[in-house]
Amino acid sequence: MSLKTFPKGGVHPEENKLSANAAIEIIEPQEKGLYAIPVSQHIGAPAKVVVKKNDVVKVGTILAQSGGFVSANIHSSVSGKVKKIDVITDSSGYKRNAVIIQADGEDTWEESINRTEELLPNVTVTADEIKKKVSEFGIVGLGGATFPTHVKLAVPDGEKAEYLMLNGVECEPYLTSDHRMMLEKGEEIMIGIKILMKALDVSKAMIGIENNKLDAIANMEKIASNYEGITVHPLKVQYPQGGEKQLISALIGKEVPSGKLPIHVGCVVQNVGTAFAVYEAIQKNKPMLERVVTLTGKSVSKPGNYMVRMGTPIEQLVAKSGGIPEDTGKLISGGPMMGKSIASTEVPVTKGTSGVLIMKQDESRRGDINPCIRCAKCVSVCPAGLEPFLLMTFGEKRLWDRAEQEDTMDCIECGSCSFVCPSDRPLLDYIRLDKSKVIEDRRKNSSK
Amino acid sequence: MKLTLSPSPHIHSGNSMTNVMWTVVIAMVPALLVSVYFFGLGALLVTAVAVSASVFFEWAITKYLLEQESTLQDGSAIITGLLLAFNLPSNLPLHIIIIGALVAIGIGKMSFGGLGQNPFNPALVGRVFLLISFPVQMTSWPLPKVLNFGLDATTGATPLGVMGEGLRNGESATDIMNQLPSMLDMATGAIGGSLGEVSAIALIIGGLYMLWKKVITWHIPVSMLVSAFVLSAILYKINPDLYACPGFHMLTGGMLLGAIFMATDMVTSPMTPKGQIFFGVGIGLLTIVIRTWGAYPEGVSFAILLMNGWTPLINRYMKPKRFGK
Repeated sequence: MSLKTFPKGGVHPEENKLSANAAIEIIEPQEKGLYAIPVSQHIGAPAKVVVKKNDVVKVGTILAQSGGFVSANIHSSVSGKVKKIDVITDSSGYKRNAVIIQADGEDTWEESINRTEELLPNVTVTADEIKKKVSEFGIVGLGGATFPTHVKLAVPDGEKAEYLMLNGVECEPYLTSDHRMMLEKGEEIMIGIKILMKALDVSKAMIGIENNKLDAIANMEKIASNYEGITVHPLKVQYPQGGEKQLISALIGKEVPSGKLPIHVGCVVQNVGTAFAVYEAIQKNKPMLERVVTLTGKSVSKPGNYMVRMGTPIEQLVAKSGGIPEDTGKLISGGPMMGKSIASTEVPVTKGTSGVLIMKQDESRRGDINPCIRCAKCVSVCPAGLEPFLLMTFGEKRLWDRAEQEDTMDCIECGSCSFVCPSDRPLLDYIRLDKSKVIEDRRKNSSK
Repeated sequence: MKLTLSPSPHIHSGNSMTNVMWTVVIAMVPALLVSVYFFGLGALLVTAVAVSASVFFEWAITKYLLEQESTLQDGSAIITGLLLAFNLPSNLPLHIIIIGALVAIGIGKMSFGGLGQNPFNPALVGRVFLLISFPVQMTSWPLPKVLNFGLDATTGATPLGVMGEGLRNGESATDIMNQLPSMLDMATGAIGGSLGEVSAIALIIGGLYMLWKKVITWHIPVSMLVSAFVLSAILYKINPDLYACPGFHMLTGGMLLGAIFMATDMVTSPMTPKGQIFFGVGIGLLTIVIRTWGAYPEGVSFAILLMNGWTPLINRYMKPKRFGK
C-alpha cells in the first residue's frame, strides 16, 4: 500500500535522526543558576510582567499575564528569587523582556500542581473549563510556531470543527522530541487528545506520523485501540509534511484555501507534544514550564533528548551531551530546514525550542551564488505551488506588488526551494524580504 | 568559536550546477562514441574544435568585452560546444565550426547576458546560422563507414534529404523507403546525418541516464515525440504515397537529439509540467509541418527555436497550481 502524503512539492533531506534511540533525560534546575524567562515565548502580544525584583517565586508561579487574546501566560519554571527584569536576546535573535530568576536549588512547586507520575485517564471537566485552563496555564503549540492553544480551541462563529489532527510528523531532519514523546508518553498524549476532542466537540481525531518512526506508530496504534475515534495514520516521509496545511491535505485530501485557517475545512491541528502539555494542565494543574528538547548534530558525542525547564540556558544541554565540539560553526534553535541560527549558548530554552542543532564549520557555509539556469527545481518542490525563482527576481528588483500578485504571501518558508537550488541561490531570503515589504505596504495603506 | 548566523534553510541538497552539467556531458558520450565508430576521427575533430572554440569565445568575451570574472567553471560553454558539434556534419571545414561557435556563444548566449539569460538555445542559434550561411557544406553528409580513421569520406544525402527530394520528384514515399537504409540501421546510427543525431539507441540511453539523474523530466521529450508521431501517423493514414511513415520520422534527422538534448535545455524551456507539455507538443507538430511542407528537409532546429520564443509567454500563462487556490 502506498502511504499518504501531501499532493504538491516537497523534498526528502537526509533524515539524520541521531537521537532517535536516546530516552528522554530530565535536566534539573541548578542551584544559584540564572533562568531567563522571556515574556514573549509565543506568537502574539507579549505577556505583562506581574512580579518585581526580589519577589520569591515557586515553580508554577505566574510571572506574566497574557497581553491579549492572542497571547499566553508565562509561569516560573524554577523556585527562587526574581533577580531582575531585563532585556535578553532570545533564540529568534530579537531582544525580549525577560524575568530573570536565581534558582534556590530547593525546587519548591506550587501546592496546586500534582507532581505524581500517576496516570489520570478520567476527564471530568467541561469543554469551557478545558479552554479556560489551557489559557490559564499558558499552553502554546510545541511544534515550533508557538501559537497559543486556547485560540485554536475557540472555534469562530459559523465554523464547525469536524476533525482534530495530531501532528506527530516531525519532518525536520535531526529532531526527535515528538518521536520520543510518542514512545514514552503515549498514554498521556492519548488522554490529552481526548481532552482536546472534548473541548472542540469533535468525535474524530487523526494522528499523523511519518513512516520513519515505526516504533512510535506501533506504540500509538496500540494505545489508540483503547480509545474511541482516535486513529493513527502512517505517512510517507516527505518534508514539509509537518506544515499544518500539508498535514491536513495528507490526511483528508482537502486544501485549506489561501489566506484561511484550517478550521475553514473543519480541522484543528495540534502537535502531539501540545497534547501532552494539555493533559498535564487539565489533569495535573501544571502550567507549561518544561518541554522536551533534542540536542543533536553530527559532531555531538552524545546526541540526546532532554526534559528541560523553560529558561534553562542552552549551555546546560550542550554540557549534558558532551560539550561544544571544537569545529562548531553554527548553532541552530530548531531543525536545519526552518530553525534559527543563534549567536551564543546563553540563549534560554523557551516554549518553541524543539531542538538545538550543532553544525560543523564545513556544514555551516552556503555555496557561492550562481546564475539561475531555470531548471525549475524550485517550482517543482514548492508545496505552496509558487514560483520561487520569480519571487526572488521581484525581490531583487524591489517589485513588491508584483510579488504579492504572484502569491508570495502564501509562502510557508519551508526552505525547500533554497535547499534544492543547484545554483545555491538565496531564494527564501528574497521571498522573506518580499513578504516583509508587502506587510509594510499593507500597514502603510491601512493607516492612511 | 566563530558562529555563522544566517537564515534557514541551513542544509542543502548538494545538487550543484557542476553536477547538472557533467550529467549532461556523460549522457552525450554514447552518441559521441557511435559517431566516432561510424564517421571516424572526423567526428572527434569536429567535436574538439566546437568545444574548444566555444570555451575560448566565452572566456574571451567575458574577459575583454564584458570585463567580468570568468564563467567557464559552470561548464555550460562545454555543453554548448558539444551540442553544436552534435548538430554538424562530421566533415565540416574547421573555420565554419569556429564561426558557428562564435555565433552560438557570442550571439546566442553572451549578448543576452550569459548563462540563464538567453531566450534561444545557443547551439541551435549557431547551427541555424551556419545552415543558412553555408548551405552546401552544412548539407553534404559523410556516409557511415565503420571504423574509418582517415578523414576522407564519401558524402551523400540523409534519409530525410532523400525523402524530401524523392517526394518533390513525384515518387511514392513507400518506394523511397525501399531505397533507404533499414529501420535497424536508423536505430543504430548507420545513416548519414549530423554527427550526434544518427544513433537513436545511443541517444535514448543518454536520455534515460538524464531522467534517472533527474536532470530532465519526461514531459518535453515524450510530448514532442508523441505529437510528432500522431501527426505523421494521421498524414500517413491519409496518403502513404505522399507522406512518410511515423517510424521514419521518429528515427531520422534530429528528432531524438532534439527531443532529448536540445528541447530539454533548462534555460530555454518552460518551468511547469503543463508548460513543458505544451512546448513539446508545439515542437513535435512544427517539426512535422516543416518536414512535410517546408523548404528544408529537416525541421527540428527551427521548431525548437520557434517554441523557445514562446517560452516566456508559456511561463506567464501556464503557472503551477497554487495550493489552496
